[in-house]
Amino acid sequence: MNLQTVAEFIRLALTALRLNKLRSVLTALGIIIGVASVIVMEAIGSGAAIAMQQQIASLGTNVLNVMAGSMRIGGRQLGVGGAVPLSEKDLRVIRERVPGIAAISGQLNGSVTAVYGAANWSTQVSGVHAEYFDVRPWPLVAGRYFTAAEVASGARVAIIGASVRRELFAAGTDPTGELLRIGNVPFEIIGALGVRGQSGGNDADDVIIVPLTTARSRLVGRGFATVPDAVGNIAARVADGYDLAETQGAVSAVLRKQRRVNPGEEDNFTIRNFASLLQTRNEQQKTLSYLLATTAAMSLLVGGIGIMNIMLVSVTERTREIGLRMAVGARGIDVLAQFLTEAILLCLAGGLVGLALGVGITVAIAYVAGWTVSIGIGTVALAILASAAVGILFGFVPARRAARLNPIDALRYE
Amino acid sequence: MAGQPLIAARHLDKTYQLGEQQVQALRDVSFEVMPGEFVAIMGPSGSGKSTLMNIIGALDTPSGGVMEIDGAAVAGMNSDQLADLRNRTIGFVFQQFNLLRRTTALDNVKLPLLYSRQRPPDLNEAACASLELVNLGDRLHHQPSQLSGGQQQRVAIARALVNSPRLILADEPTGALDTQTSGEIMALFTRLNAAGLTIIVVTHEPEVAAYAHRLLRMRDGRIVSDERTVAASH
Ligand SMILES: Nc1ncnc2c1ncn2[C@@H]1O[C@H](COP(=O)(O)OP(=O)(O)OP(=O)(O)O)[C@@H](O)[C@H]1O
Ligand SMILES: [Mg+2]
Repeated sequence: MNLQTVAEFIRLALTALRLNKLRSVLTALGIIIGVASVIVMEAIGSGAAIAMQQQIASLGTNVLNVMAGSMRIGGRQLGVGGAVPLSEKDLRVIRERVPGIAAISGQLNGSVTAVYGAANWSTQVSGVHAEYFDVRPWPLVAGRYFTAAEVASGARVAIIGASVRRELFAAGTDPTGELLRIGNVPFEIIGALGVRGQSGGNDADDVIIVPLTTARSRLVGRGFATVPDAVGNIAARVADGYDLAETQGAVSAVLRKQRRVNPGEEDNFTIRNFASLLQTRNEQQKTLSYLLATTAAMSLLVGGIGIMNIMLVSVTERTREIGLRMAVGARGIDVLAQFLTEAILLCLAGGLVGLALGVGITVAIAYVAGWTVSIGIGTVALAILASAAVGILFGFVPARRAARLNPIDALRYE
Repeated sequence: MAGQPLIAARHLDKTYQLGEQQVQALRDVSFEVMPGEFVAIMGPSGSGKSTLMNIIGALDTPSGGVMEIDGAAVAGMNSDQLADLRNRTIGFVFQQFNLLRRTTALDNVKLPLLYSRQRPPDLNEAACASLELVNLGDRLHHQPSQLSGGQQQRVAIARALVNSPRLILADEPTGALDTQTSGEIMALFTRLNAAGLTIIVVTHEPEVAAYAHRLLRMRDGRIVSDERTVAASH
């Protein structure tokens, strides 16, 4: 079969499909919807994965996070409020006794209203140690970080995130040196942070960072009455060359002793690292993609059955045409190729329309919901290949039925 | 006439099984057609004319006997070889024209070329030439529904001719046409025959049969007479 023959078969098939426009569209609808939904789900799924990966990368995969309270088997954190909060002492023993801790900081979080001049903005405040910026690098775009001395003295200095800056200050103005009232306490702005982006659905840049001591005494300390030197959570960066899991074990051992956990008793703290979170996430994503693949297979199966059904009807309707073609010299393989081409073109057209529809919906979702979405070239190729495969698979039986017709019976068919 | 016959039918039988009942459409039919002959087949309805034509044209197989076309027994051929035989050696013209609907005259005529193993370099040109032969050079892009019955039958003839076959089989080609148009179609066949084409025409009309040089009469599945006639001059 040469190129000209293939071209003629495609032309023939297109003519046949055009003769039954509405039916062709309705038949392809199954494939269209199937492919479109696969594209959309895949785009959202991989978009979410990318967002998560970015977030984890920005949080650092060599960072250990320690929280007060134990963890249930299912992964849900239990009784944070009831547990003894982490203290400066806990932080100090980790720094002193665990080898390989490159930087360590507490992080005490709370909600506040920040007022600058006539503008006010509800935001998050994080009280941290000076080393915080060494645990998770976060570049400044203006000003400076605070020093250990400022943390020790409880200085009223603040570093603002990009979103806070945008909300309170006119574009292009330098906020450093300005006075910001945070929960009615005046702070001097000493720095402005660069954009970090979305983090787990939250805006990571909607934050004001202040010395931990200042936060504890003036802003959010009231809830931690049981321990006057509470540090909230502890974040520690593991130095290069030290094993993350080993270091985590060492932190755990030190903390158990420090926090008087008897052997056999459950920890009264939880250590997490984002590397393991990443792993969990990867496994979840694998499950999700199996689910997506199943959905795709199901919808393509349904679409394929629709194609087969219509092609069978079409073969029956066009029996006389088939007989005529055979009478003028069409071989079985020619008839087979003709109907198979029709089925494949129908599926391919459906696949392409579905692809366009899916991309359109994805773009709309990304625009309206503001989600990160991503359509890979692999997904597109797979969608097209899969719809062609459906055409071959489900077009084969009707095409073979046509090819096996006896010329004289087909010609006489009424 | 010397040489090898183009068609040799020997003791052809054709039996149709309709439930309990057996229908003997052909009984012991034997005859030969030499290249260049113009044969008419007449006979009452149900006498087996179409059945015979379908067997000659390799569309159907006999229940018994041997059908040879151009010296080769049809029974020994597989379906692909039969398809090639129909494509290359035989041109069919049907009573009901059997054109593809909503397909232009040109595309209808091109059909056999699509399936040809020795296709001309330019299919359109070949199809055009064939349509011009039947005086439809100005109707290339008309669809069947836009053509008269006579024109449709001429498109069908152009289609039968496009692959330069050696044999034209026409089963009541004028059955659906008026006398005037029938005359035109038969004149066309006469011209083609004069150019060397072998033609077999089934008809109920003596005026149509009169164009042929030989007349086979059938009755109850048998050939009851086989006579040479002098073609009427038109
Ligand atoms: N497919 C079939 N199944 C059963 N019987 C058939 C079939 N085709 C033809 N016959 C029978 O075979 C006999 C010959 O039919 P055929 O069509 O050859 O007649 P014909 O001479 O062409 O008649 P007409 O002039 O009406 O076209 C008839 O009795 C017909 O009923
Ligand atoms: Mg008949």
